[in-house]
Amino acid sequence: MGETAVKLTGVTVAYGGQAVLDRIDLEIEAGKYVGILGPNGAGKSTLLKVILGLITPVQGEVAVFGQPPQQLRLRGQGAGYLPQRPLSNPAFPVSVFDVVLMGRYGRIGPARRPGREDRQAAMLQLERLGIGHLAGRLIGEVSGGEQQRVFIARALCAEPRLLVLDEPTMSLDVCVQDEVFELIYRLKEKLDLTVLMVSHDIGGVARHVDDVICINRRIHVHQAPPIGRLGLESTFGCSVEYLFHGEIPHRVVKAQDE
Amino acid sequence: MSDLLSLGFLQRALVAGVLVSLVCGVLSSFVVLRRMAFIGVGISHSAFGGVALGFLLGVDPLFTAIAFSVLVAVLIEFARTHTRVEEDTAIGIFFAASMALGLVFLHLSGVYNVDVFGFLFGNILAIGTRQVAAIAVVTGLVLALLLLFFKEIVFISFDEEMAWVSGVAVKPLRYLFLVLMALVVVVSIYLVGIILISALLVIPGAVAQNLSRRFQTMVWTAAGVAVGSTVGGLALSYGVDFPSGATIVLVLAILYFLTGMLRPWLRSRGRAGLERSRRGPGAK
Repeated sequence: MGETAVKLTGVTVAYGGQAVLDRIDLEIEAGKYVGILGPNGAGKSTLLKVILGLITPVQGEVAVFGQPPQQLRLRGQGAGYLPQRPLSNPAFPVSVFDVVLMGRYGRIGPARRPGREDRQAAMLQLERLGIGHLAGRLIGEVSGGEQQRVFIARALCAEPRLLVLDEPTMSLDVCVQDEVFELIYRLKEKLDLTVLMVSHDIGGVARHVDDVICINRRIHVHQAPPIGRLGLESTFGCSVEYLFHGEIPHRVVKAQDE
Repeated sequence: MSDLLSLGFLQRALVAGVLVSLVCGVLSSFVVLRRMAFIGVGISHSAFGGVALGFLLGVDPLFTAIAFSVLVAVLIEFARTHTRVEEDTAIGIFFAASMALGLVFLHLSGVYNVDVFGFLFGNILAIGTRQVAAIAVVTGLVLALLLLFFKEIVFISFDEEMAWVSGVAVKPLRYLFLVLMALVVVVSIYLVGIILISALLVIPGAVAQNLSRRFQTMVWTAAGVAVGSTVGGLALSYGVDFPSGATIVLVLAILYFLTGMLRPWLRSRGRAGLERSRRGPGAK
């Protein structure tokens, strides 16, 4: 096994006394593309936020490339992140280029303006995602699919080794969803990234990922061999209306069996 | 007009008005985009408690108002992050309690000859040299800090989570912004008074949003709108003998409605200009 990108040991997160994540052990190898599946309220976003350092677990330890995520971010080496709703105010008067450039603000530091190197990095990411021609447009005036590309470009702008995506295809129509999944896969191969992606779209996730983590508030463990419908059903807690072809390569999180 | 400007009180009023509206204009762009209009109302009303405390203790109300407003601003943020109270509930409670405290302080102080009306609605023509100096110091300090952390504050206004992940000190900057708001609120009391400050903290940014497509442009426009309305409002109030603070606020409100009506036209024109520049020479 190669370098470990993400390691969670006995991680518990609770809101108002109720455990959202319960004693999770998880190890993700560097360079893997990992899909995270689970029903609403299962703790998928919470898991991502724990890995990003946004949420501090009440118990357990988190290490990203061997270090606590809070320390990595202060050195400008935090993960690339695409939040679930990255554009809270569509009327914000800021250009696509400036949004991508924000990805570098943390490492530039206060009282300094972005230099030529930062601007070049931002333009490079825009070109890489095929949206260089949108650089001067306002963020609120480009389409939903283009916006996701902008926010992926921003996430990549600080040259992270870990890319964390929370429902990147949620508000997109089906064709665009496929494009985004394709795109993420290509970026991962090209930039040698470790990718963690939460999604509702089991089919879209299954096509490219190396591993699938199934998570529910009370986390179930399926053994490593492929899961079938039964495995998914026990995670989702209801029958899964889903037909899938072949087998999903699958790895799971520690059980909490009472 | 030159005769008028040679009057000391008018000179002071003009200098103070320009400084206060400049810093309010710049700040208001952030207030609008960060949707902090209500917290502006909360902080400004709580300044009343501070002013009254000054009367009670017999010290310059400027300092007690600054202390009070900064404290309330910090408490609101603390309640938001550390308790389950919703932000607008916290603001509603703190600002009513501060005003009530202010009334009690005034009663206890037994001072009845103070210009409460001036504090509530502004009395820029009565401003003294010392107050002008205080306004200049606060304006300089706030603008310098905003400049220093400009891109970070833009980033946290746009997307706080992502800003945090990429290493921006989100929490200290949130507190810093609130403290800056509190400072600006207190010096604005002289110009438009406690009740009307929120107009200066919101309307210039809202007008600028109607007129601009870029954040930097918005900040400059808001500053220009605020300073222009203050100077214009002061002149107008002098001409027609209206209360100065109220006239300034009315000028701002009228500007907002005018630019709001023009907005669809302005924006489509901006977009067309952008398309043209993209298709200009050198592009395909």
